[in-house]
Amino acid sequence: MLQEESDLSLIIAQIVQKLKGSNLYAQLERQAWASLQRPEIKLESLKEDIKEFFKISGWEKKLQNAVYSELSVFPLPSHPAAPPEHLKEPLVYMRKAQGSWEKRILKSLNSMCTELSIPLARKRPVGEQKELLNKWNEMGTDEPDLSLFRPVYAPKDFLEVLINLRNPNYENGDSLSFRTHLGLIQVPLKVKDIPELKEFFVELGLTTGQLGIDDSTQVPPELFENEHVRIGQKVLTEQDSAAAQQYIRQGSPTALRAELWALILNISSHPEDILYYEQLKTNVIQHDLLVDSLIYKDVKLTASNDDYYFVFEDYLYQVLLCFSRDTSVLSHFAYNSASPPKSYIRGKLGLEEYAVFYPPNGVIPFHGFSMYVAPLCFLYHEPSKLYQIFREMYVRFFFRLHSISSHPSGIVSLCLLFETLLQTYLPQLFYHLREIGAQPLRISFKWMVRAFSGYLATDQLLLLWDRILGYNSLEILAVLAAAVFAFRAVNLMEVTSLAAAEVSLGEGQIQLFAPDSVLVITF
Amino acid sequence: MSRPKNQNYKGHGLPKGKEREQRASIRFKTTLMNTLMDVLRHRPGWVEVKDEGEWDFYWCDVSWLRENFDHTYMGEHVRISHFRNHYELTRKNYMVKNLKRFRKQLEREAGKLEAAKCDFFPKTFEMPCEYHLFVEEFRKNPGITWIMKPVARSQGKGIFLFRRLKDIMDWKKGTAGKKLTSLEAQPARNTVNPSGSHDTRSSEDQKDEIPVENYVAQRYIENPYLIGGRKFDLRVYVLVMSYIPLRAWLYRDGFARFSNTRFTLNSIDDQYVHLTNVAVQKTSPDYHPKKGCKWMLQRFRQYLASKHGPEAVETLFSDMDNIFIRSLQSVQKVIISDKHCFELYGYDILIDQDLKPWLLEVNASPSLTASSQEDYELKTCLLEDTLHIVDMEARLTGREKRVGGFDLMWNDGPVSREEGGPDLSGMGNFVTNTHLGCVNDRKKQLRQLFRSLQGQKKTPN
Repeated sequence: MLQEESDLSLIIAQIVQKLKGSNLYAQLERQAWASLQRPEIKLESLKEDIKEFFKISGWEKKLQNAVYSELSVFPLPSHPAAPPEHLKEPLVYMRKAQGSWEKRILKSLNSMCTELSIPLARKRPVGEQKELLNKWNEMGTDEPDLSLFRPVYAPKDFLEVLINLRNPNYENGDSLSFRTHLGLIQVPLKVKDIPELKEFFVELGLTTGQLGIDDSTQVPPELFENEHVRIGQKVLTEQDSAAAQQYIRQGSPTALRAELWALILNISSHPEDILYYEQLKTNVIQHDLLVDSLIYKDVKLTASNDDYYFVFEDYLYQVLLCFSRDTSVLSHFAYNSASPPKSYIRGKLGLEEYAVFYPPNGVIPFHGFSMYVAPLCFLYHEPSKLYQIFREMYVRFFFRLHSISSHPSGIVSLCLLFETLLQTYLPQLFYHLREIGAQPLRISFKWMVRAFSGYLATDQLLLLWDRILGYNSLEILAVLAAAVFAFRAVNLMEVTSLAAAEVSLGEGQIQLFAPDSVLVITF
Repeated sequence: MSRPKNQNYKGHGLPKGKEREQRASIRFKTTLMNTLMDVLRHRPGWVEVKDEGEWDFYWCDVSWLRENFDHTYMGEHVRISHFRNHYELTRKNYMVKNLKRFRKQLEREAGKLEAAKCDFFPKTFEMPCEYHLFVEEFRKNPGITWIMKPVARSQGKGIFLFRRLKDIMDWKKGTAGKKLTSLEAQPARNTVNPSGSHDTRSSEDQKDEIPVENYVAQRYIENPYLIGGRKFDLRVYVLVMSYIPLRAWLYRDGFARFSNTRFTLNSIDDQYVHLTNVAVQKTSPDYHPKKGCKWMLQRFRQYLASKHGPEAVETLFSDMDNIFIRSLQSVQKVIISDKHCFELYGYDILIDQDLKPWLLEVNASPSLTASSQEDYELKTCLLEDTLHIVDMEARLTGREKRVGGFDLMWNDGPVSREEGGPDLSGMGNFVTNTHLGCVNDRKKQLRQLFRSLQGQKKTPN
């Protein structure tokens, strides 16, 4: 009992510490001072009266949402003696693997830099700054020569690294047994099995209503849809983050989605936030970074070529260029197994006082990165709001898709979960695909790394991301990937090559009528 | 076979009798070499005829129609893909005249409010004959932008924007009176019949006239709805099976065509900014063929719903229904409603920032060439369903409200989504049977439809 209590007080202390530095704290303080003017606040019962005032005015709700947000994002503190690396990643071999992967990426970036003789960063001349400012809303019309730039890495390079991950303390033995894992991932991480998944995703069960299935044209809206929409509107009026998160597990109505996501991510657009975004924009105008060219190239190669996202090309630059300069993103490295790459001012290699993080936000984009932003353009049209939502989505979820860690929502666990599900419940299919040299993970990896963006129609993708937010976990991606294979199992048994398997699964866009129906198949 | 008198649902007009017998094979002819040819060739029981062979079905182009329709004999069962004088609807100057006349009539009969429902066409003046009326309007609204469009050309050719009278003075000197090739020539003046329709003169009269290209000057919509900073227009497909009575079907799919560059009123010379036809965009230096610059209407509808809510979207789409129906009604009395004819129109609609739809034009020969895989599928399905409704195979009963992706929008009166006849009590619960931009599960519907038709055939009445 005592341990739990001390754990709880540690958590409380941590959260209080974090919130003390936030804008909300300053606002609450101001509100408290202002409330002293009110007649109902009496000196004798000051504390209770102010608390009551906060409750009525909705400030308590805001505080509640902020605390809930912290709880969702930050991992619980472990043993007080544990070093900070453990918060990033408790397993040593994983940390090592991430470290060497990072070294490779940085090396690749530096060598490109040297080859092309382009500095990692430079200040723009005033003329160029003016030009960029004029073109800010239509940067997509720019056609810089990007032929010499290559993406620093693509998802398949990352997959190779994951395939070679080994736990040095674990010995499988050479003999094959029914316990042998036939897939590509060979590390012994704990993943949920179907009964556990059923319990975790209880709201996705067959007997619970879902948007995407139970609001189809054949189903009368009185059965589920109308009530669901009404509850959604109520949740928004109450402005309760936790309730929104619970609600969205059954999917969000199209008209309410933008607000619901903002509520769950605890994003509200204050003037300070807009100012912050403008500041980032100024940074972009004043300095040119090498990663900018990588971003340009990525957008042109992926989102611009997409049948649906090409329209939002300009927004993508406005978000991603600012993102790479946002140093507040660095704080997420406290719980990310990755670490921001360091670079040194020219000529001062090795001198710590001349070290800077490069890019300023510590995140080097890879091929397909811009697809994390593209679907959000459907919901948010105001650049600073769009930016905030993306940043929050990144530091809560997306970063886990391209760093090596043992976290249950980390890409390694997702891959293992996918393979385990397939091997356990569709062993014949798994074996067949393996025999023809089409390891299932080789096909589904790119879906999961991109959280299915670009592989599912936007309306279905947004329903999927509703569940990511609702369950605060990326495991649904692995489940969906497995379900897609299950859905196409009959066709896949006939294919004889990896290429044919890709085609069978719908190269490009996965043709699904409703991903929920596919999930339902799994459960 | 007589039908019971109290039946309140009207069939959609399939002829009875000998011509409804099943034919062994259907001979088709067409000059188009695109998705249409694929669809026709793959249709079971349809055989292509070449050159001068006899045909049962002809998907013709408008020039053939103009030259041959009047002296071609067509049997009862024969179908052809255009109405003789479709240009009453599709040529901008005629359409304007017909719409203006219809509007006046509505105002007389039903009042100003009813007539206002016809205000979906930007103010247009025929040039050069209405030049003075245009100048009057121009002077009343200084500073607005106007667009000059040739009446009979397509794919964005010959269009330009202007703000000053000086700009068209120059143009007037340049092109008015310019001799055109016989391909481009259109009769300059037409005899106006008492019914208001325009006939083409006989070939003798035409020889004596100097062909002059007609233009219309139209008020340019300066506040178009933008997505991603880009202007777009909507292409919607409407199938008209007859004008008297008026029977029209609306296809659920369509697309939004985006301009490749960001919208600004600063550069009215940049036609790439303002014109959204794919044909024009293809020549823009920014154009990347992989992009396609098109969104399916479902995507567009979802985008609007997530931004403005479902009610606003419902209103917008029912305003569009209004455009289709009123525009067809306005030419109902002038178009020669030959039972051999049907026509698939491509409507171009522009949405402004207040979510008001505007009719840009109606195309009698919408492009059937596919610009991408998705486009190919859309056009293939569109054409297949068109042929299902034309029903050369005599399979339909004539009481269907939906065939594949087509919904019966108007059947000599509004068609309700609900079962049973139209709600004549005027209680206002009436929801039109249109589903533009909605889910198109046509394969399933066609399967069910044809299965039930099979079943009905087996049990004789």
